[in-house]
Formats: sequence, structure tokens, C-alpha cells
Amino acid sequence: MSADQVIIGLEIHCQLDTRTKLFCGCSTDYRDDGPNTHVCPVCLGLPGTMPAVNRRAVEYALRVAKAFNCEIPEECEFSRKNYFYPDLPKGYQITQYDRPLALGGHIVIEAEEGGEKKVRLTRIHMEEDPGRLVHRGGGARARYSLVDYNRSGVPLIEIVTEPDLRSPKEARRLLAKLRATLEYLGVFDSEKEGSLRVDANVSIAGHDRVEIKNISSYKGVEKALTFEITRQRSLIRRGATVERETRHFVEARGTTTASRSKVEEHDYRYFPEPDLPPLRVASWLDDIALPELPDARRERFMQQYGLSINHARTLTGDLRLAEFFEAVAGEDPVLAATWVADTLLGELNYRDRTIATVDPIRFRSLLSLVGSGTITDRSGVEVLRLVLDTPEEPASIVERLGLAVTGDDAVATAIAEVLAEQPQAVADYRAGKGAALNYLAGQVMKKTRGRADPREVGRRLAEALAE
Amino acid sequence: MDDRFNAYLLRSDVPGRRSGPLAGRTVAIKDNISTAGMETTCGSRILKGYVPPYDAHVVSLLRDAGATINGKTNMDEFGRGTTTENSGFGPTLNPVDTTRVPGGSSGGSAAAVAAGLAEMALGTDTGGSIRCPAAFCGIVGFKPTYGRVSRYGLVAYANSLETIGPMGRTVGDISALLRVISRPDPRDSTMQGLPYEHDPVPSVRGRTIGVPAEFFGEGVDPRVAAKVRDSIETLAACGAKVVPVSMPTMKFALAAYYITCTSEASSNLARYDGVRFGPGAEVQRSWHDAFTAVRAEHFGEEVRRRILLGTFALSAGYYGRYYGKAQTARAQVAADFERLFRSVDLLAGPTMPTVAFRLGELADPLSMYLADILTVPANLAGVPAISVPCGSVDGLPVGLQLMGRPFDDETVIDAAAAFEAEVTA
Repeated sequence: MSADQVIIGLEIHCQLDTRTKLFCGCSTDYRDDGPNTHVCPVCLGLPGTMPAVNRRAVEYALRVAKAFNCEIPEECEFSRKNYFYPDLPKGYQITQYDRPLALGGHIVIEAEEGGEKKVRLTRIHMEEDPGRLVHRGGGARARYSLVDYNRSGVPLIEIVTEPDLRSPKEARRLLAKLRATLEYLGVFDSEKEGSLRVDANVSIAGHDRVEIKNISSYKGVEKALTFEITRQRSLIRRGATVERETRHFVEARGTTTASRSKVEEHDYRYFPEPDLPPLRVASWLDDIALPELPDARRERFMQQYGLSINHARTLTGDLRLAEFFEAVAGEDPVLAATWVADTLLGELNYRDRTIATVDPIRFRSLLSLVGSGTITDRSGVEVLRLVLDTPEEPASIVERLGLAVTGDDAVATAIAEVLAEQPQAVADYRAGKGAALNYLAGQVMKKTRGRADPREVGRRLAEALAE
Repeated sequence: MDDRFNAYLLRSDVPGRRSGPLAGRTVAIKDNISTAGMETTCGSRILKGYVPPYDAHVVSLLRDAGATINGKTNMDEFGRGTTTENSGFGPTLNPVDTTRVPGGSSGGSAAAVAAGLAEMALGTDTGGSIRCPAAFCGIVGFKPTYGRVSRYGLVAYANSLETIGPMGRTVGDISALLRVISRPDPRDSTMQGLPYEHDPVPSVRGRTIGVPAEFFGEGVDPRVAAKVRDSIETLAACGAKVVPVSMPTMKFALAAYYITCTSEASSNLARYDGVRFGPGAEVQRSWHDAFTAVRAEHFGEEVRRRILLGTFALSAGYYGRYYGKAQTARAQVAADFERLFRSVDLLAGPTMPTVAFRLGELADPLSMYLADILTVPANLAGVPAISVPCGSVDGLPVGLQLMGRPFDDETVIDAAAAFEAEVTA
């Protein structure tokens, strides 16, 4: 390890996409509704209420553990993490502490220097999400805060990695791989706001580490780490010490700022949750059949469709994208892969849109127009933009804008090419061998993929030869 | 209703349904059990004004069974006490002698039954809180096996120790009440789903009763001990085989109990921050200052003491020395019971070391904690235990305590019924 080596470990919180909360029957589908509308005595922490574990949430967490080859201890247990915060209705969070659901395991990513790399996992545990504070009056000057408990009790898994990541880019790749896997497993919806939150531990080899909290987007993780590494390196260059501390990521500015100092650190007084007996769920693993996961799908795309590794990787890195590709692959999957991975994604990115907003049927029509040579690649891009921005059908766009490669031109081009390529047949024809004309016409038809009118081809070929 | 004893915090006169096993019968409910639409304070000022929007499982079952719930009874604040003097709303008096405490923490329930204000009552027992007041007020009180009655809706004090249980004037009544309240409830994950469906058979013939020497040790009033020994003789006369036994882990029991219950309580009481229920926190102050002020103002002294003790016992660096060690001791107490129950069917001894204290007599907390020595072992091990009246000393009631195997509540109730039948015959 070089002296300047960056060392990164992540703690990733993901909301499990269950219909109901972790310890009560409240719906988790609260995002479009008013505050405190998805609550009950249990998730409000009313006196006397008790948690009852949502078995589906446990099963979801086990799917994740199985996908990443974790070890499932015979018995795991929930504990209380005690601290006061107004979004925490019980004054403690029910989480897992010294007996988590899953231990070990790994996530395979593409390494910074190329090739594959196994990032080891420390553990995966389950816990409940707290509520949410809404500060009134704006930021630090807020006069008061309101509490919305809709989120209170939504199931989370926390995935803790070993400090195996060596660059912000690797961290981003790990998150991308994690997100893709969770979506393939059907346990996570990355498009739900606030469904992923990351704490990152980062240090420069030989120096103290800093924990960055409160990163809530994929791009934010790379940004926060890049900023923090630059900050630590410049401290070290100046001969200053990197303080072991917790910093917050300020998304708007792309910077990190010091938050609580060591003296304010909490003693969470963990102890086993007495209302929940230990869970014995290792045997559930046998009943969990994993679906095809991103790596397997990538291999299949290469085998089945003949895609390049880069296209296969891009297209399988997101479940919806992979499904979209398979829906439009048709008879020319390589062409489809090129158009989806190289063109469509760029156009979507520019528009800040997701693949879910694209109609595969219209996209497929576009692909066949390009594939058949009816329109050129360049026109294809123009049509794609209109397909994305308007409801018009590709064929109608082509017609309205006159983008079709004109029949005459195509035939003329083919004739010219054939005459140049077949000097012997031309000579034969001119020497009076009439049958040679049929041969040449056949070649032209082949070049136009049968789209030209054979009688017209014969007439124009004769004209060309007469010149 | 003339409540001269301050047994009730809230009274109700809404009659129950006309049909059901408890139709026409009155039941008083300890104020730490949630009742929809009826204020539930746990005897604490910090919950003044809190009206639960839901019924505890046992309350739903009582309503379905036709019981008339005639009020909420006084208690030591959040169950923290052995006398009902630690209520935020004044002490309850013992109906047998109003210069005495009724015991606690279910003192209001015991007094309501003893005074005839309710036929039966629900109490809760964390370390003796049903059995102690039953003994002091001369009624029957039963702590079921842990996991036999749903705790959903019982405002938690020490979750791993406490149970809801029946109190009444006769063994038949507590059996009838237990039958109603022990129905399964998926909301309590510590429930075992073994409802009590038994009619008491007043017999101990052929049963072996162990009498632990430690239950007659130092601090036990010799006159109370003599009454209880006489009662055990009565059981022998009814056909039980009585054998002396020893419970050496008794010496750890009180420490294990107090560390466990204060630790759990310190966490359970964190939610009383003035945000969602009870007297509101001052919103103009910072969050930290506001909730600290609410807690300092509205929690009583004994509650604050136990929060501090429990917070300390769970602190980093002390967990292993206190909470962790208490769990080890607790497991040893449970193992001691298990060992004894391989050779005996029941264990017998006094419920309380003395008769009811005078009001104000237990001035220092330590002497109050020591009074729990004979009741806490059953909670540590989760076994069923009953207190039945067995005579009096100086006109004050004495309770005989019988304990049984886990989920063999039936045998304990049968033995108590046999004793009751013999002494009332």
C-alpha cells in the first residue's frame, strides 16, 4: 500500500421495499401523503405498545445476505439503541447490535485498475427508520421543528463494508452494484426519495479516519469522498494532523463540515430488546431462491446476444435497463445494445430522466428504421430525441421530416457500387451476354436488402450500362 | 361509590355487555393498562391527560366477556414501589387498617377489591406488585407464567419481568378472570399461545410441596413465618407431601432484579419527553432543555432514582459489571427453580416478610427494595405464583405464596383452591 493510499469503508442504510413497516401494520407508501397519516400507536411509540417483527422484512434482508454470500448465524437478536432525539418516538431505536442477522460476505466490483475486486462485508443488520424533522423558518434560523412519523418504523438494512475501497470511484461502483443487486432481488426501490443513506469512513494510510455522515445520493458519495480526500491530503501536506472526527456532507456545496466533537459522542447503552425473542431464521435460507443477479445476467448478455463486456456491464447495471434492453433486443441485439447503451442513456441523462419513462415499443420501431437502412444513424438520433420529447411515432416523424433514405438514391448507389465491383459481368453484358444483366440485378437487390423494385432495378441498370 | 381509600384514579359507570362469562361483574383496572377513551397515567403526573386511543389486549378481552370496567386504580408511579405511596396522585390506604399501606405497586386494585368497590381487578406484577398488595389487603392475587397473558397495552416498566394478572376475593374469581385474559395475541411476541382454560380442582393430593429454607430467613417476621408454616401443614393435611428444600440463588435475586428492572425502565421511560402525550414541553426552548425540564418536573423522586440507576448500569464500561452480570445471576435463579421442580410440584413460603407497613414507615428506598425479596425470584424465573390469604397477625392479613412450574399455572391455582376450601370450610 502506497503512503498516500486512500482507505474507504461504507455503512449503507437501505429502506426495504416492504408494503408494511418493520414492527407494525402501517403502510410504507407515505411519500405522496400528508404528514402523520401512516402511523399507529406502535410506530408513534405510544405507551404500552409492543413491536412484532414483519416476517417479510426479515425474508428480504435474508435475500440480500444470501446474494452477497453472508453467513447467517443460527440466532440473531434485536437490541435497543438509546438516545434522545425528537424524531425517535420511543427514545430508543430498535436495531441489531452484537448479534446481527448476517456476518461476512462480499460484493464484487470492477476495480479502479481494471479487473474484478471483492469488497468484504463486515455485517448486515436490520433496524427501524426514525421519523423525520421538518424545520420551520429555514435551516439554522428555524424557530421550531415539526415531526412527521410517517417514516417511523420503515424497515432498513445497514450494510457495513470492510475498509477495502481505494477510491471514490470504487465507492460509487460499490453502491451501483449494491443498488442493482437489491433491485434484482426485488427488495429495494432506488427511485423512492430517501431510500438510501450512506455514512463513509475515509482516511489516508497512516492517518486517523474521518466519518462522513448524512450522504443521501449516489453522486453525493463520490463528491463527498473526493472533497474529503483533498482536504485530508492538504492537511497532511501542510504537516497538520487529520482529526479523528465525524463530519457532515453538505450536499448543496459539495463539502464536508465538522459536526459533533468527541466529548459529545453518545453512549447508546445498547441492551437486548426484551419484547422480541431472538430470531432463528437461518433455516429460512433454504426456501429463498435467488433470481438471476447482475453478474449472471451480464454473462448471459454476452453469450446470448453477443454483446461486448462494456455494453453488457452497462445494460445489466440497472434492472430496469436490463429489462428494457431485452424488450427491444429483437433480431439485431448488438445494434439494440449500441443504441440503448451509447445513445439512449446519454439522451436520458441529459434530460435527467430514467429508463422507466421510455416506451419500448416506440424505441423498437426506431431501431427497425435504423436497422433496415430506412434512416441513417444520424437521423436516428434526431428521431430518438423526438420520441423522447413528443408522443409522435417514429415512422410518422420520419415521414413528416422526410428523413427516409430515398429509394432512388439507394438504388443508384447500389447500382454504382455493383458496376464497380463486377467488371467481369459488366464486360460480359457489353459483349452481348444478356444473362449477365440478371446477375447484376441480383447483386443490386442484395445490396438494397430486397427493398428495391426488381423491374425498376433492371430498367435503371440497363440505362446505367448504356452510358 | 365511596372511595375513602383513594383506590381509584378514575371511575367509570358504563355497564358492560349483557352477555359473556363476566357479564354483570365489575373489574377495576390498574392504571398502567391502556384503556381507550379513559385516561391512563401509570400514577404519574408525566402522563396526566393522556387518553390512549387503543385498548390493551386484556381490556378488549374483558369488554368482549361482558365485564363492567368500573375504573382505573392507583399505583406506585410506573410500578416503582411496594406501597402505593409513590403515586403522583397521593397514597392509597389499606381498607383493613387505614393507617397502613395496601402494598404495591397494584395497591389501588387490591384496595378496590378488599373494600368491595370492585369484585375483581387486574394488576401487574414485575417483582411482586400483584402478590404483595394481595397479601397486605387479604385477597387473592396471581402472577401468571411470563408469556401467558398478552402485555400489549401494558405500559412497560421492566418488560422481561412483568405480567398482567388477576386479583379477586376468591381463587375461583381469579381463575375465571385469567381464563378471559389469557387469549393469544400476535402483537406480543413473548406470548407462548397457551391460553388458560382450566376450572380449579381444589386438590393437592399427591403433590409434592418444597419449602425453601431461604423463604424463612433473616428479615421474615417470625409471626408471619409461623402463620405460613401452619398453612403449609394444612396443605400436608390435605394430602400434599411437604419437603424442605434450599434455593441458594436467593442471595443474588434482589440484586439481579433491581439491576434488570432499573435498566429496562431507564429505556422504557425515555419516551416521556412532552412531545406526544402528557404535559407538553415548552416549545420556545431548545429541544434538549425543554424535555429535560418536563422530565425533572413531572417524574417523581423514586422514578428519577431508578432511571439514574438503570442508565448507570447500562453505561459503556459498566454493562458487563452490572447488566451483563445480572443476566447471568438471573439465569442461575431460573436454573435453581428448574432443579427444584424436578423433585417438587410446588414451592411454598410467605408472600411478604411482614404484614402491611404503616404509611411512611419505609422511608429509605433500600428497606423498601428488601421487602421484595420473597416475590422477585418468581419474576426472574418467569414462573407462576399466587398469594392466598392465610390468617392474620395483629389483625393484619398474611399471604401464603405458592409457586409452580412455568406454564403449569393450573397446578398452582388448584393448590390455592384446595387451601382456600380447607380454611373456609
